[in-house]
Amino acid sequence: MKDPNSEKKFKDSVNDIWRSVFRHGYTDTPRNRVLQIISNVWLHLHPARVREHGTKLRFTWCMGGITFFIFLVEVITGVLLMFYYTPDVNKAFADTIDLMYTVPFGRLMRNVHRWGAHAMVITVSVHMFRVFITGSYKPPRRFNWVMGVFLLVITFLLSFTGYLLPWDQLGYWAITVGMNMGGATPFLGHEGPFSQLLGITASNDIRFSLVGGTTIAAPALLRAYVWHCVAIPVIAVALMMVHFWRIRKDGGISGRL
Amino acid sequence: MENSWQNKESVEFEDDTVFTWPTLVVKEFLAAIFVMVGLLFYSFFVNAPLGELADPSQAENPAKAPWYFAGLQEQLVYFDPWFAGVVLPSIIVVGLILLPYLDNNPKGNGYITFKERKFAIPVFVSGYVFWYLLVYVGTVLRGPFWTFFWPWQEWTHDFPTPSPLINLSLPVGIAVLIGFYAAGFAIPLLLFKNFFRSLGVIRYALTMGLLLTMIGTAGKVFLRLVFDIKYIIVTPWINL
Repeated sequence: MKDPNSEKKFKDSVNDIWRSVFRHGYTDTPRNRVLQIISNVWLHLHPARVREHGTKLRFTWCMGGITFFIFLVEVITGVLLMFYYTPDVNKAFADTIDLMYTVPFGRLMRNVHRWGAHAMVITVSVHMFRVFITGSYKPPRRFNWVMGVFLLVITFLLSFTGYLLPWDQLGYWAITVGMNMGGATPFLGHEGPFSQLLGITASNDIRFSLVGGTTIAAPALLRAYVWHCVAIPVIAVALMMVHFWRIRKDGGISGRL
Repeated sequence: MENSWQNKESVEFEDDTVFTWPTLVVKEFLAAIFVMVGLLFYSFFVNAPLGELADPSQAENPAKAPWYFAGLQEQLVYFDPWFAGVVLPSIIVVGLILLPYLDNNPKGNGYITFKERKFAIPVFVSGYVFWYLLVYVGTVLRGPFWTFFWPWQEWTHDFPTPSPLINLSLPVGIAVLIGFYAAGFAIPLLLFKNFFRSLGVIRYALTMGLLLTMIGTAGKVFLRLVFDIKYIIVTPWINL
């Protein structure tokens, strides 16, 4: 026999489970629209209501959000690549070849990671351009622009440290070019002006501390790996927390005062 | 639209805000999907570059930095490494950090306007374009031994010997450099008195110092390309 209340009981139990996960009902009411944002850990960085022009693509270009999204893509593909990659000069290149030709979806993962890195440099700089031409660095958002400049530098460094990891000719000589510039730092690089004054040589200058030696070799690869996979991402996340938090504290998305 | 509360909504809230859920979240979600699809499609068809196994005894020619640093590498043609690779990028970063503190124009806050920001917009945009122009030249137009090739020219090792370069003598060089900065600081002072007055001494000095360094960097490129001048200042310690 059929229980006349079965449909209601079913709905109640679904609602009960839904509430256990989301802490509020799913009917479309103003209250639930607010709760959808403020009681969701992933969305609560948003305000419950936002100025209408701030949702317009022609104003924000969505470039900051897309940059953050690509960062997340880089984290996920980067972790997957780490499963197969060894930061050892005898293995790194072979591991990269394996990723390209043997590991299932390895080529796709590497391609997404590499192109995503380029895309992120572009979206970050377009985001900076947008923030400039809309005057969104003006008070009260001055300090958040400074945070953004740090994040721009961090994006460059993330991409640059990753460049050496395949241990191919392309990365090796690009890092050589970059590190030779570092060796020319005034006072602190052994080829830089005035470095003799401080007794700086090739084995105690800033370049040495960056690559762990006088040439680009095994220690340089390990340092690039640790900076790329651990240290710089941690710094990036810390700066992003401040950057996003300050958007809210500084009055949300910019607009005519 | 079928919900009756939505009609009441416009009466209750007399401001310019909308619900983040779903108005903004939907757009963010769609943007994420488009980016992901685009990245996957591109990555499916175009392989990430991979060279031969690294060989410290076999230098690449040309050895190029990643494209976003190729602009600085391109500056190596015109400046010594300590300036092109270290001091210049540091000045750029410091300049960007100072930018919101130097620009005290209250107008154009949160909307696009050229009329109300006739100084800030052209300066920033030309710096931005200059950066990417250098990136383009360094990435695309430089061949073996960092020789210039147009996109339609084939890279060869058989190019004419570049014309010899000259250095300015030290007194002339110092005069040129000081003259450039002195004129650069003085001319806006005389022509645009309000500009100076609105900025104050410190902001004016920093703004013009940064702007003149940017113009000077481009000027040095010009001197090298047109007059074959390698260094303006030559000393036993540093060359500029």
